[in-house]
Amino acid sequence: MGESKVASMHDAVAELVRDGDTVAIEGFTHLICFAAGHEIIRQRRRDLTLARMTPDVVYDQMIGAGVARKLIFSWLGNPGVGSLHAVRRRIEQADPEPLEIEEYSHFGMVCRYVAGASNLPFFPIRSYFESDIPGVNPSIKPMRSPYEDGTEVYVVPPLRPDVTIVQAQRATADGDAQIWGLLGCQKEAAFAAERVIVVCEELVEDAVVRQDPNRTVIPGVVVDAVVEQPFACHPSYAQGYYDRDNGFYLEWEQISKDPAALEAWLKEWVYDLGSHADYLEKLGDRFEHLKPGERWSGQVNYGEYA
Amino acid sequence: MNGDGAYSKNEIMVAASSRTLAGERICFVGVGLPNIVCNLAQRTVAPELRLVYEAGVFGARPARLPLSIGDPTLVSGSTAVTSMFELFAFYLQAGLIDAAFLGGAQIDRFGNLNTTVIGDYAKPKVRLPGSGGAVEIAIHARKILVIMRQAQRSFVEKLHFRTSPGHSGDPEHDRARGWSGSGPTSVVTDLGTYGFDEETGEMTLLTLHPGVTLAQVRENMGWEPRVSPELGETPPPSADELRIIREELDPQGVATS
Repeated sequence: MGESKVASMHDAVAELVRDGDTVAIEGFTHLICFAAGHEIIRQRRRDLTLARMTPDVVYDQMIGAGVARKLIFSWLGNPGVGSLHAVRRRIEQADPEPLEIEEYSHFGMVCRYVAGASNLPFFPIRSYFESDIPGVNPSIKPMRSPYEDGTEVYVVPPLRPDVTIVQAQRATADGDAQIWGLLGCQKEAAFAAERVIVVCEELVEDAVVRQDPNRTVIPGVVVDAVVEQPFACHPSYAQGYYDRDNGFYLEWEQISKDPAALEAWLKEWVYDLGSHADYLEKLGDRFEHLKPGERWSGQVNYGEYA
Repeated sequence: MNGDGAYSKNEIMVAASSRTLAGERICFVGVGLPNIVCNLAQRTVAPELRLVYEAGVFGARPARLPLSIGDPTLVSGSTAVTSMFELFAFYLQAGLIDAAFLGGAQIDRFGNLNTTVIGDYAKPKVRLPGSGGAVEIAIHARKILVIMRQAQRSFVEKLHFRTSPGHSGDPEHDRARGWSGSGPTSVVTDLGTYGFDEETGEMTLLTLHPGVTLAQVRENMGWEPRVSPELGETPPPSADELRIIREELDPQGVATS
């Protein structure tokens, strides 16, 4: 990609996402980069380990398309709607092939990223007491505190994705990414990763970020590629830009239940399209009713200290 | 709607559950019925109640019924938005949360919950969502409130998987050091309301909803229920509660009709 980090989605995925990688497309219901998931499907990556706190529809699409051999997660579902049927078929019936799983709780997953981002060998949490989860995941281990009378905690290992992909409302060409609304664990997942792709609704001048530095969640120093792709989260949402397309989440329940319908959807909406721009064109005016009204933040005075 | 057409099963569940939040200050809330329960409590028995959503929003004032746990309407106008780490570490693990709602595919008599699998873990009959934050919530929220419909397949003698711990059932057992919460305190179903016995930790039927019999309760659970000697009747939803539910919280009847 040469000097500039700014790249097309095609080139960013082609260069930075490799067969066999551990890939995290993070975002807690908010700012889920579907466009990146679709590009990974289109480029037919294989044997990925997909990590994510809340695998939802985009991971059902990716796993249904056969890009992954393993899933690391803490909650699996179509949020507010139902199940991920492609994932369930692979777990329940090994159909069309098995899917290895490694599961945690939300706090456990977050702290795996925190450990990865902080270069720690493990992270202690007060969780999993009297739960069956550690019994099915030997990576969650009990430990006694060396202080304080030996309080029992559980520890989780660091998670260091080969690639983390996050969506931001705006970013500079260097990758300084500003996010508002739900923050999920994007910062932790980005700092934990070997390579980071930032996808943004808007590519902005450096001065825009410098005007409000507290809003920067991910600094360009850890970012490898910056993709400007408006509406890349559809049917997920970007606070202030567009709402969740709930109709699509409801439709997915039916598509995902039927392997033939899933295959047909992937062909029509991913394989037969060259890019996310084609996807948006095909969606047509479906976006119009998803645009929210305006509700601006106030301004703060950072002060001029010349 | 039930026989006399006055209110639905979900409406009495919501009303009965909201009353258990009387006087509470900080509540961890999920979508669906618990969201309506908390918003109703805020307008009736717990005006000081502040809602914390699992997606990392504190002091939310949703302007519409949230479609998911991460609906953008939760963010606009809230008091604070936190990262997931802060939410689980500083709010929940540190013991700031007074009450939280949990549900599941299966519950046992001690309030242990299964949201992981039906059948064998390695080859499940049904793969459920998993813990999410449930295991941490079960351990650290001071009170756990459960709202779920009652049936033989969900109120079971033995869970297929214990995702989140309830009470141990062992009188000698103290919820270990490091737990901020005291476990399940209330279960509201479509048939009645339950508390938990202080000594044994066992779910105890406190009230039957109007028109429900003890026989119906027995038919819809996998163990012989412990019944309070003062078994009473659940007060039906008041006109005010019904008005708030129908006009303000769920005007389209998505969750409560």
